[in-house]
Amino acid sequence: MSEARDPNARMTRPIPAPAVSIETKPFWDAAREGRFLIKRCTACKKAFWYPRNLCPFCMSAETVWEESPGEGVIYTYSVMHRSPTGPYAIGYVTLNEGPAVLTNFVDVAPDELSIGMKVKVKFQPTEGGPPAPVFAPA
Amino acid sequence: MSIKGKAYLMGAFEHPLRDAPDTSTPQLHGECALGALTDAGLSKDDVDGYFCAGDAPGFGGLSMADYMGLKNLRHLDSTETGGSSYIVHVGHAAQAIAEGKCSVALITLAGRPRHGGRRPGAGMAAGGGDGLSDGPPEAGFENIYGGSTHNTYGMCAMRHMYEYGTTSEQLAWIKVAASHHAQWNEHAFLKEVVTVEQVVNSRMIADPLHLLDCCVVTDGGGALIVTSPEVAKSLKRPKVRVMGAGEAPKGPRGGLDLDLTHSGAVWSGPRAFEEAGVTPADIKYASIYDSFTITVLMQLEDLGFCKKGEGGKFVADGNLISGVGKLPFNTDGGGLCNNHPTNRGGITKVIEAVRQLRGEAHPKVQVPNCDLAIAHGTGGSLGTRHASATLIMEREG
Repeated sequence: MSEARDPNARMTRPIPAPAVSIETKPFWDAAREGRFLIKRCTACKKAFWYPRNLCPFCMSAETVWEESPGEGVIYTYSVMHRSPTGPYAIGYVTLNEGPAVLTNFVDVAPDELSIGMKVKVKFQPTEGGPPAPVFAPA
Repeated sequence: MSIKGKAYLMGAFEHPLRDAPDTSTPQLHGECALGALTDAGLSKDDVDGYFCAGDAPGFGGLSMADYMGLKNLRHLDSTETGGSSYIVHVGHAAQAIAEGKCSVALITLAGRPRHGGRRPGAGMAAGGGDGLSDGPPEAGFENIYGGSTHNTYGMCAMRHMYEYGTTSEQLAWIKVAASHHAQWNEHAFLKEVVTVEQVVNSRMIADPLHLLDCCVVTDGGGALIVTSPEVAKSLKRPKVRVMGAGEAPKGPRGGLDLDLTHSGAVWSGPRAFEEAGVTPADIKYASIYDSFTITVLMQLEDLGFCKKGEGGKFVADGNLISGVGKLPFNTDGGGLCNNHPTNRGGITKVIEAVRQLRGEAHPKVQVPNCDLAIAHGTGGSLGTRHASATLIMEREG
């Protein structure tokens, strides 16, 4: 990525506090430490997203948290222009482990985004909650 | 057990208002109910089954049933699948009628999004910052990213363009066709005929969807009456027979092999066609949910009106315009131009199909010899999780 681009053109978006449940608290506790966790089923071996205690593929309760480098490629995206805080990008990242993750793309200008672009997770502060995973060009 | 031929759509009413500053949502429900009952030639005391979804104020159907004074109810159903709920309801009403659980089913929808009426459904709001949430399980991981219908459908369009080369100009043809129909609808929110150029040059809302790729936001509502064959026989209106129904939810399903280029219609469609014993080639008129232009294109492919990836070519050059193309669609102007009451377009899809099958559509858009029609809807978001519902109807006699 070029370092010469106008930083004002890079998209950011204030993120509200995520809903933390008893089932997902470990994810958000790790997020506060800058660690990105995904869930994997020890019965069928598949990784999945969003995190939950029951495997969505085989319904096994034998699921474990796994730290992920949070690397993948953009599956799709859309830049929202009808926004009081400026344009922002929502989209899915296909993680190298397999699952697709809904997220915001940050530190990137709208016309720099493309399907297939390599991206990596980072954590963005939220409004009164734990930091949330977002993805930036790798 | 099949519902084929076991129930009839005998009443249909679309509220004429598109902007309702002075009418409450319960009153709109009631007025729609009265309109559909009058259309059928029935009264409220004939109603013994009531169907509504999340737009109905109160607890399930209880508040609205009491408000309207439905005193002879023996069957209630408040199945909620967003905008497709009312297409699901027709199928469920046919099931209940086939099982003898009711004989006159009333389905209502109404709301006032232009006047601060609450947006029904789970919404995309975030949870609280303190304490633990026990809400929708996906909330913490999805609702914080500014997802709306616009940009989650935008994601689908972006991927469809990437995989199949679909263009904004092709999507625009869907809006152009809807606008050609809306010009004849005196109640349509937007009556102006638009061109492909106007659509693709309108303001970008959520890449790659422009302002004119989006449906209207309207107040109002609608209602339907589904009856048993015996009741239908006693009424004077043309008989529209329920032939088949299918429903199917689709979501990211753990995130593996995510495919945003198809909808649950790939499952709900074949179920409905099989039950009805017909194929897409037999359909004379199609009501296709049109929250956005991409919604129509994906559903037409998924229902089998063309091959996957060829929707762009299929909708181009006026192929969806009544009297011009091969598949007349949304001849009332659809959600794109006419009406999308309380952000839920399922009921108006069935209403226009009933008009077409009765031969009561506007003469400028009436499909000749229209004896077989489909109404198909999507509720929720194609970009996250949604429910598809397909209904096939036939004119009897």
